[in-house]
Amino acid sequence: MCGIVGLFLKNPALRPELGTHVSTMLAEMTSRGPDSAGIAVYHRPTVDGASKFTLFHDDDAYPWDEMTGRLGEALGVESDLEKRAKHVVLAVQSAEDPVRAWLAANCPGVRVMGYGTLMEVYKEKGLPADVLRRHGIAQMEGTHAIGHTRMATESIVTTEHSHPFTAAPDMCLVHNGSLSNHNRLRQWLKRRGQSFDTDNDSEVAARYFAFRMSEGASLEEAMEAGLKDLDGFFTFTMGTRDGFAVLRDGIACKPAVLAETDDWVAMGSEYRALAHLPGVDKATIWEPKPAVVYTWTLN
Amino acid sequence: MIDVDIAGTQVRALNQRLHALPKDTNERAWRVLNPMGAHSIAAGLTQPIEVRVEGHVGYYCAGMNKEATVVVEGHCGWGFGENIMSGLVRVTGNASQAVGASGHGGMVIVDGDAGARCAIGLKGADIVVGGSVGHFSAFMAQAGSLVVLGDAGDNLGDSLYEARLYVRGSVASLGADCVEKKMTPHHLQKLERILAKAGMTADPKSFRRYGSARKLYNFHADHADAY
Repeated sequence: MCGIVGLFLKNPALRPELGTHVSTMLAEMTSRGPDSAGIAVYHRPTVDGASKFTLFHDDDAYPWDEMTGRLGEALGVESDLEKRAKHVVLAVQSAEDPVRAWLAANCPGVRVMGYGTLMEVYKEKGLPADVLRRHGIAQMEGTHAIGHTRMATESIVTTEHSHPFTAAPDMCLVHNGSLSNHNRLRQWLKRRGQSFDTDNDSEVAARYFAFRMSEGASLEEAMEAGLKDLDGFFTFTMGTRDGFAVLRDGIACKPAVLAETDDWVAMGSEYRALAHLPGVDKATIWEPKPAVVYTWTLN
Repeated sequence: MIDVDIAGTQVRALNQRLHALPKDTNERAWRVLNPMGAHSIAAGLTQPIEVRVEGHVGYYCAGMNKEATVVVEGHCGWGFGENIMSGLVRVTGNASQAVGASGHGGMVIVDGDAGARCAIGLKGADIVVGGSVGHFSAFMAQAGSLVVLGDAGDNLGDSLYEARLYVRGSVASLGADCVEKKMTPHHLQKLERILAKAGMTADPKSFRRYGSARKLYNFHADHADAY
């Protein structure tokens, strides 16, 4: 079992409250996933030509400032650092690829949780309320966020095995369910040049969708293809630069509830995750149909 | 009317109050406020009381019900009225999956739509859905009735035993061993009684009846190649 939440704000006036609402939603899903929690928040766009990275190191005393200095010298770029518990957000006046390559080559133990121009990803072992508090999620503004509370079934409980999984710039995936063909699919993706951080089945799904989109598929087309290629149970929520998408498998074994008002669209594994949202009493509430792709994008 | 506001509290306290009521209780009318999608509200009731829940509820609401009447004014999550023994439970909005699963007796009413696997494993209760039902409804249903005023999703009545299925709208597909059957005066009469009890206005003659072909009951030597 796991819990998923997603909140997409249509009304810009609500953006200062994104973190507050999504924190309440995620904490409500604690009983579905008390092992670990994670959240991707879309906010604070970088300036033109810059990119940002959410990085993690298990050592509280990791020398982030020194690492940033070395990065600056090696690539000849300016960068800003913001620390949040064991995560940092590194904004670099550079494209993404050279920074990712430099980090992989020079910083063993540093994990890239997310990257792009908008998305920041915070995830860790522990109760959702603690993870939310440690990273100050409730104080964050933004346009949309997706979150996950994990009760592990397919792989061990570690920070890197928790969700969301990132596989492309500003793209991440959370998953409730289990995939039965993830080993074969991982081999298939490896043969096509994809690399993996963990043995987690949900990471395979994230990299599968990213791979399809890198081949030119739209978000909807990638998810439609997933219905054929992914075998198992799933409710997915995928965050993208300008929106999010929801997909359930054809049997719909894993729960999902959607709600929409003029101001927002919200997704939760259960209705109680949405019960505190402003105006929910007037919202249209429904269950996403099995094997149907739902997407919302910013205008 | 006794009001219980359960916002921010444990459902267990409410349920323990309801379970502790003696048979001759005078506290027969209850109203539950601010359910906020909580699970197991008014589950396991055993006395002929009436509980009205104002708002949306989570999983297993009014499960294992005996004698009581439970009305949810809102939508509900999985397993509404699961394993109902007697009494009547109703949701005025939509219901999620597995409405009335394995219900033995009494009646479950959904005024709106019900999700997948409605009336799964039914054992004698009557389930009435004002809207449509999702896929695999009445899967392995053994006894009782499923009445659907709208449409039914794929694989209706898969591996059905002796439950009776009445659908007014379209059926996306029938499951294994489920077939359309003749609507006799006997069935029309039964259906009319169920609709009246549920307070649903619909002409029994506008329904079609589905039941088991009974071909999965015994092993057929002709099918040996399939195993």
